[in-house]
Amino acid sequence: MTLIVILLNAILVDNFVLSKFMGICPFLGVSKKLDSAVGMGAAVTFVMVCATLCTYPIYTFILVPMGLEYLKTIAFILIIALFVQLVEMVLKKKVQSLYNALGVYLPLITTNCAVLGVTILNVDKEYGFAQSLVNSLGGGLGFSLALIIFSGVRSRVNSADVPEMFKGVPATLIAASIVSVSFMGFSGLFG
Amino acid sequence: MAEKTNKKGMLTELTKGIIKENPTLVTLLGMCPTLAVTVMASNGIGMGLATTFVLICSNLVISLLKNVIPKAVRLPCFIVIIASFVTLIEFLMKGYLPELYDSLGLYLSLITVNCIILGRAEAFASKNGVLASVLDAVGMGLGFTLALFAMGSIREIIGTGKWFGIDLHLPVTMTLFIMSAGGFFTLGVIIALVNKIAGRSTPAEVGCAACPNAENCPSYNKKEDRKEAAAE
Repeated sequence: MTLIVILLNAILVDNFVLSKFMGICPFLGVSKKLDSAVGMGAAVTFVMVCATLCTYPIYTFILVPMGLEYLKTIAFILIIALFVQLVEMVLKKKVQSLYNALGVYLPLITTNCAVLGVTILNVDKEYGFAQSLVNSLGGGLGFSLALIIFSGVRSRVNSADVPEMFKGVPATLIAASIVSVSFMGFSGLFG
Repeated sequence: MAEKTNKKGMLTELTKGIIKENPTLVTLLGMCPTLAVTVMASNGIGMGLATTFVLICSNLVISLLKNVIPKAVRLPCFIVIIASFVTLIEFLMKGYLPELYDSLGLYLSLITVNCIILGRAEAFASKNGVLASVLDAVGMGLGFTLALFAMGSIREIIGTGKWFGIDLHLPVTMTLFIMSAGGFFTLGVIIALVNKIAGRSTPAEVGCAACPNAENCPSYNKKEDRKEAAAE
């Protein structure tokens, strides 16, 4: 599979939020405003790519030669937790502007299942290093796209007059379902 | 959240998770597996019971170790404990229920980051005794399993006309319900019905802010502090 197909597939067809249901909590929680949706999307994309950068060598060069593949869940979540903490500290000290933009969202990402999901998915699909990175980048971009589109939809839903029992979360979920239907149009795009 | 755990309160610890504080339908936690695996009723039950197992074990171990784990590094410790039990259940399921293992796939590993488990560890098991923590886990786990079973049944019956694989000979089926859009839709309608029956409105905040752990969570508090700082 060529890299561009993997990228587009991860963004549109197998969208992490709308077709794989990963990262629903931030999708519902942080999509209220456009700027926070962009910030969260950028932070998740960044962490996904970097987490893959860290987990791929550890899986390939440590876990596989020692026959410890079954430890991947524990190893990956520790790497992600450690990495998120590290990034937060480095950004805080060195790159203040980036920290102000992304810092708020970083700690929330440790328990975001999209990040752990993409690292395990790369291993399950037996992607090589470049393919893994591209898949993670696509996953992150797809996540950002869903968040940004949905922040727009949501501002309309919130001002709409819905029945009392549907106010709040139920209306949001049904709006998400309609956005998800529109993404179904991409399915089968790459066979 | 940390009620007194006298003998009278033990039953409450057990039942609160099933109805009053149902993790999926009331506090809106663990939405990812709720939506992702519930294309079949059997998948819903499988996922629910696997999560319940991890929840009981992690609550048990964390409540036993609560005085040993240093406060500053408690979250990584909790995550490692949870991930260990997830690995255990992965092995068990692969060995004994290979079909279920295949259909749950990736989402079995993702139990590690299910915020119900970390949330109960932080909000309950790290503050309460062993028995109360186990009862709390059983209740929360059953509540989660029931919600997943309901979701799975509705989606399987409407989407494929079957229930646990048995053909119900329905005149009309809507395949959309077993697709991702149907997941969002079904959950939305169920939450709306729960609101209607219970006569309350859903929490205004979802996701991180609705997490029972939010008050203790450094990231959430920090976020609020920064918002205030930005407002000034």
